[in-house]
Amino acid sequence: MIHASPNPPSAPLVEAQNLCKYFPVRARFFGKSRHLLKAVDGVSFAIEKGETFGLVGESGCGKTTVGRTLVRLYEPTAGAIRYDGQDISHLNRAALLPFRRRAQMIFQDPYASLDPRMTVGDIIAEPLRVQNLYPGKARDARARELLALVGLKPDHINRYPHEFSGGQRQRIGLARALAGNPEFIVCDEPISALDVSIQAQVVNMLEALQDQFGLTYLFVSHDLTMVRHISRRVAVMYLGAIVELAPVAVLYKHMQHPYTQALLSAAPVADPRRAAQAARIPLQGDVPTPIDPPPGCLFRGRCPKAVPRCAQERPALRDLGGGHLCACHLLE
Amino acid sequence: MQAVRGVTLRVAEGETVGIVGESGSGKSVLMLSLLGLLPDNAQVRAQAMRFADGDLGAMSGREKRRLLGSRIGMVFQDPMTSLNPLFTVEQQLTEPLRIHQGLRGAKARARALDLLRMVDMPSPENRLKQYPHEFSGGMRQRVMIAIAIACGPRLIIADEPTTALDVTIQAQILDLLRNLQKELGTSTILITHDLGVISSMCRRVVVMYGGIVAEEGSLDEIFYSPRHPYTWGLLRSIPEAETEHRLPLVPIPGSPPDMLAPPQGCPFAPRCRHAMPVCLRCAAPETELSPTHKVRCHLTHPAAPQVRWEKEGL
Repeated sequence: MIHASPNPPSAPLVEAQNLCKYFPVRARFFGKSRHLLKAVDGVSFAIEKGETFGLVGESGCGKTTVGRTLVRLYEPTAGAIRYDGQDISHLNRAALLPFRRRAQMIFQDPYASLDPRMTVGDIIAEPLRVQNLYPGKARDARARELLALVGLKPDHINRYPHEFSGGQRQRIGLARALAGNPEFIVCDEPISALDVSIQAQVVNMLEALQDQFGLTYLFVSHDLTMVRHISRRVAVMYLGAIVELAPVAVLYKHMQHPYTQALLSAAPVADPRRAAQAARIPLQGDVPTPIDPPPGCLFRGRCPKAVPRCAQERPALRDLGGGHLCACHLLE
Repeated sequence: MQAVRGVTLRVAEGETVGIVGESGSGKSVLMLSLLGLLPDNAQVRAQAMRFADGDLGAMSGREKRRLLGSRIGMVFQDPMTSLNPLFTVEQQLTEPLRIHQGLRGAKARARALDLLRMVDMPSPENRLKQYPHEFSGGMRQRVMIAIAIACGPRLIIADEPTTALDVTIQAQILDLLRNLQKELGTSTILITHDLGVISSMCRRVVVMYGGIVAEEGSLDEIFYSPRHPYTWGLLRSIPEAETEHRLPLVPIPGSPPDMLAPPQGCPFAPRCRHAMPVCLRCAAPETELSPTHKVRCHLTHPAAPQVRWEKEGL
């Protein structure tokens, strides 16, 4: 298991510095794009080698965009991504190729992320073909080996994705990600499309593979209980920014940000006695749109504790000690 | 394909019953067959289907439709596909009022406005004229609930009502359903795969697997003294929330049965670590453990090996 000290002194494997990703949106049909959707707006964190870093938040908070930008499926609008000390923020396609072998991604929807016209063997071997690894017969053998590694039968390489269940497809996606022996995998909601009993299978497999290969994960999810189970440190996002970041035990016991408090109290507890005791902090309204967000704290419209200052000034992440960061004016 | 086999379900006045099960367990098909909403190639056979004092089995399609939307309200998972994008919320809210209660014009509009207030819709006057796409997911689900309660139903069937929503919005909608139920005294059938939602909403739980009821009981019986290995598996698959040190999850091996060729014996036997030869051959009879707690498992037979539920850390 990977339970070292919460903040090992080693250099981070992946680092985001003031990362921003904006998307232009059109206000009217045929109009010129005038507005910016600030999906990620000034996010900074570092992921240590061998840890699982959890990223939670509601839909539209930018957690998926952070994951995709970290592995350079998107180019950041501003800020920097450093991977193992190297700035990869604006590398071109060819220059990214060596990085692609080291950092991979698994996706939420196991039905959409596998090409239905390719055999499972071809799907798994595709990254090897692109990277020109395991040439000739070795490639087939590697695909069989990977299938066995994720708990499927090596003979399945000639089958097509539709012959597999959701959980099995997610294993195929995992085998594809592992093909080139990566160090870092972004897991974007890898279990949310799966049934409860299958979720546990996939999470256990992710943990076993981490132990076996020393993998580093960014685990993006809205499932707060599963994130608590799998992560060492967790960041909470709201409307494109990190509002709180802490080691998992600190975040779930001593959360300071009003949004984290409300979010964690809203998560249903699968234990009737505890659910009856739990006090919920109700939040009014919906998440506002990240298109041209107003100044001030982004959460203030729904915050039960907002003060006038929250409307004027956006709070910065403040270090509370012990690796616990929180962005809220009330903590001063 | 046999999606549901031999299911008995009773819902008392004012009660909330939760139905849990994984995809393909038959929980939605069960509800749709009660309501006669299945496609034409479906065959429904049942000894009895009763609602209040009417016999659903003997009703014609027309009679059933009169019941639906007036005495039985439905809330579906995806409010975007269950609301009609071409009609305003007012048109969709007043439709059941017109059909079932003969309300028209200003009277219907006033009642629609009342309903939107009951589901805590902000500025309901402006919202009436809007189309579903102008609402967020949570607000659309509030509209769905307003339509479901429009004619004062005795039963609300909610099929995964919060699965598509974020946790903070889910909490709002569950609060709303709970409060409405207290106010109106309706019975509720809540279909969900989320044991967290079940434990905060229901008094009685029905666990379905492979088209049958594997176990049913009170909330405490299901969560603290479950007797079916599938229920054990479900409870062990979710992470323990409050422990200091992390415990490994215990998943259920394998995958759910193929209902095109339903297994001969207990549908869970191929995935069950306690399965005996008899489990593969014949289905288990229902055993009554208490007036509320019933289970279908051969392990409850006196001659079967004694296997006990124990969740590590409890």
